[in-house]
Amino acid sequence: MKASAFAYARATSVENALDLLSVHGEAAKLLSGGQSLLPAMNLRLIAPELLVDVSQLVELRGIVVKEGVVTIGALTRHADLLKSPEIAAHAPLLMDAVAHVAHPAIRNRGTIGGSLAHADPASELPACMLTLGATIIARGPSGERRIAANEFFVGIYETALTPQELLVAVELPVTPINSTHFFHEFARRHGDYAIVGLAAQASVKDGGFADLRLGFFAVGDRPLLANSASKLVDVVITSAVLTEAASALDDELDPLEDQQATPAMRRLLAKVLLTRCVFALLARPDLCAGVSA
Amino acid sequence: MTSDKANPEALSALDRPNSYIGRTVPRPNLDRLMQGRGLYVSDVELPRMAHVVFLRSPHAHARIISIDASAAKQMPGVIAVVSGRELSTVITPWVGVLSHLKGLKSAPQSAIAVDRVCWQGEAVAAVVAASRAQAEDAAEHVLVKYEGLHAVTDMRTALDPATPVIHASLGDNLAFERIHDAGAVDQAFAESDEVVDAEFVFGRHTGVTLEPRAVVADWNVAEARLTIYQGTQAPHMVQNIAALHLGLKESQVRVVCKDVGGSFGIKVHIYADEMATYALSKLLRRPVKFVADRVESFNTDIHARDHRCKGKIGVKRDGTITAFEIDDLTGIGPYSMYPRTSAIEANQVVNLVGGPYVTGNYRARARVVFQNKNVMCQYRAVGHPIACSVTEGLVDLAAMKIGLDPLEIRRRNLIADNAYPCASPSGLRFEQLSHHAALAKLVQMMDYDALRAEQAALRVKNVHRGIGIASFIEVTNPSAAFYGVGGAKISSQDGVAVRLDAQGSVICQTSITEQGQGSESLTAQIVGSVLGVSMDRVRVILGDTDNTPYGGGTWASRGAGIGGEAALQATKVLRKNILDIAAAILQSTPGELDIVNNAVVKVADGAPRIDLSELARIVYFRPDTLPPGVQPELMATRHFVPREYPFAFTNGVQASWLELDTDTGFVKLLKHWVVEDCGTIINPQLVDEQIRGGVVQGLGAALFEKCVYDERGQLTNANMADYLVPMSGEMPDIDVGHVVSPTLESELGAKGAGEAGTAGAAAAVTNAVNDALKPFGAIVTEIPLTPQVILTALGRI
Repeated sequence: MKASAFAYARATSVENALDLLSVHGEAAKLLSGGQSLLPAMNLRLIAPELLVDVSQLVELRGIVVKEGVVTIGALTRHADLLKSPEIAAHAPLLMDAVAHVAHPAIRNRGTIGGSLAHADPASELPACMLTLGATIIARGPSGERRIAANEFFVGIYETALTPQELLVAVELPVTPINSTHFFHEFARRHGDYAIVGLAAQASVKDGGFADLRLGFFAVGDRPLLANSASKLVDVVITSAVLTEAASALDDELDPLEDQQATPAMRRLLAKVLLTRCVFALLARPDLCAGVSA
Repeated sequence: MTSDKANPEALSALDRPNSYIGRTVPRPNLDRLMQGRGLYVSDVELPRMAHVVFLRSPHAHARIISIDASAAKQMPGVIAVVSGRELSTVITPWVGVLSHLKGLKSAPQSAIAVDRVCWQGEAVAAVVAASRAQAEDAAEHVLVKYEGLHAVTDMRTALDPATPVIHASLGDNLAFERIHDAGAVDQAFAESDEVVDAEFVFGRHTGVTLEPRAVVADWNVAEARLTIYQGTQAPHMVQNIAALHLGLKESQVRVVCKDVGGSFGIKVHIYADEMATYALSKLLRRPVKFVADRVESFNTDIHARDHRCKGKIGVKRDGTITAFEIDDLTGIGPYSMYPRTSAIEANQVVNLVGGPYVTGNYRARARVVFQNKNVMCQYRAVGHPIACSVTEGLVDLAAMKIGLDPLEIRRRNLIADNAYPCASPSGLRFEQLSHHAALAKLVQMMDYDALRAEQAALRVKNVHRGIGIASFIEVTNPSAAFYGVGGAKISSQDGVAVRLDAQGSVICQTSITEQGQGSESLTAQIVGSVLGVSMDRVRVILGDTDNTPYGGGTWASRGAGIGGEAALQATKVLRKNILDIAAAILQSTPGELDIVNNAVVKVADGAPRIDLSELARIVYFRPDTLPPGVQPELMATRHFVPREYPFAFTNGVQASWLELDTDTGFVKLLKHWVVEDCGTIINPQLVDEQIRGGVVQGLGAALFEKCVYDERGQLTNANMADYLVPMSGEMPDIDVGHVVSPTLESELGAKGAGEAGTAGAAAAVTNAVNDALKPFGAIVTEIPLTPQVILTALGRI
């Protein structure tokens, strides 16, 4: 299929992009990597009047580590993240996650800003932002706005951004040295959107968790930073504790039904992921067998 | 490779020195395609060509109250907006029935719906514009008023008296029913030690060709001739049908089929939108192009399978299978497809169940019902995956019940390799199959005992792996028994013309077609080998009704076996003619001469006597130097069709080795093996890759592919994100082995290999999953084997 006719403007600067957005409002769409926007346009699911192409704004591309903060420009492509030594050193969870994003051809064009602004509840990077405690930086007519990740995602394809704002960067605290992570998703095929996924970051001390952040995705209308993780922190992990945490997780989930899974299946898989995550992070194979998911 | 050639002493035309037969040689069309110089229908651009977009019904079943195209006609670039009623002045409707499928009925189908739409996706109007994009823009402005009708979607209730009848004139929703009863089934079940039954469910899926269906139709008023450029498997069939319904003579229709990006049976049918495109060209007197986009491909390319089949097997404690019984139900959409009909798949299921086994007791019923979903018809390995999954599933269930190894029950029941010729309980005649040799080879390739030991060792560690075996038979080289006897003008014979050009090269015109499987290569290999010329001297022309002999094309695994034999026989004649002339020129006798390496040589010492280019020079430019009365014929034509056996059956066996995650229901394929017997192998690489490609399509059906309809008849996953095709990341290594039992019906001895892979893959995987599930007492008989299905069987959700 072909997209409906649309106007196209290549932004020459962030200011220029913001000007175009304030003139055209919701009739305009930002084009960065185009990996979600263009298929939707070709299917005529959306028909923006104007595409504001920000892909050439080089100032929005790149990764900087300074004073304990990793700043990732919004136009940094998935492929850039995957081969970045800074990401490998300071946000290794993100590297594991990006390897699960679609296929190389898509990772070569898709951008982190595009993925976060698109806010597909089944995509990997939004959940990572929650787990890593990211701050999302947006620029709009009235200047810069810093939004905590847990306030950024508000629904299916919905974020806290206004139509006049441009997501310019994300900031992540540098992952502490003794921290460890786990990333896994269940997808029917490599590169598909996850049926359920988990991005976890933890500090392990004396065989238990001193800190544990569990960012689930595809378990509701937005990524979920599970409160039930707290049930596993500063306690001796036993099968009973894990079962209790799994049960608490169940209460937090509000999974949707789609082609691939019923809500019941998503709940089951989320609990399996929780169990496997704890097993992997603590290297405790005994836990896997004893837990009823 | 094991070769069981019947008579190895007698050298045939194929065993000549430097023969290409049995050798992996590069395909002659490879460079052209790899360099992007192929010519697909999308590449065809003609002067004044317009593009058609079909406005398609959003409803599964509705009456068309009105169509208002006035706004659309004002849109930029629009040439015409044409309704079904307007188009019906140019093209007549059709009914997809064949007389040998007794009782098969269907309703007249129009190129574009008139008054009523019967599935979501049926064309309601054609918008013709200067570009596809303009036509799509205009299509959004055609206003159609519908009155919704009850959509019949569930095949299980389609025949209930309370269910509305889709075509009132037919009386009910039953398109076809076949009942078969052979031997003494009731008695056999009564005398069995165990009787096991199960219901097998097969998802509706489709072919997903890389290149979508595409047509350029060019009605030339001055010539009163229609040229159809189309990616089709059967150009002469298209010619016949286009002429028939447009009121033309066949001589007024030329079908040109250049490169085709995959077909798998999708492109062997006559589709309403393609017929509409021919008609639009005639109506508008200009070339019209239709290229299906991916969404309409999902909504209108034929779907396949979608069967629910109850099966029953009787077995004695010693492992003897006593009887098979099936009751198959399938829903085919609102019309039987034209011209091959939508009853063939169910008919094949009846034909093929129990086919590899000795028992003569077999009872079957198959019912084919109408429903308001996309049309269903023949797709790669028609009926085979269903018959094989049911048969092999039942055999494994029986083995499980009596505690016999799956290999052992097959060894005790497969038809013995020395029992041929014989017939199946459904009346299929087998010339020579090799089930036991194939099974023995498979066991050795997969190291069965070692796998069983590994499986047992891993089970203790809570790792659940499974082994699945599936024997199968495959219909290939169909004679007129397939379609011709039922009245369809679909040729079962093929023709090949070969001629020597003025520089000693060969031009070969064949009626088989190429869709990527290597028809061109195998033809050149045969011609080069038989004649004694190098392959680079052989140019093969296919896919043009003006420029090839009349024939069936490439489908039902017939290209090599039928078209290949025609090539062999035609080339033998050309060779004889060349040697006759050479003998005259050289004052020798044909018996003393041979053709080797592009030259006529002396048989006795191999010494070159005259180059073919020199011979051609004399024949074409200096015939005055030939002895009086010698008239050279450097062109020969031969046709071939199997006459003795209606089908050349092949056989084989597949095995799957997989790991099942019992917490999540996910299946990981670890390895797949196939041993098959397609008779003479012309190009081992082409055969192996056909098998692998077929297996992958079978694995797609087993694990991923399903057209998901809701209860209102809406296809809910008509895109490549939601409809899961198998991808390389999930595919296992596939090892292929061969047993070779050539058919004696042709000198070539080749049978087909196009469908063997698809026939047995899903059965092997399902059996392997059930093998892995054994400790849990769960059994799955539904494909695709999604995590949801497996978790449900395990009682986890």
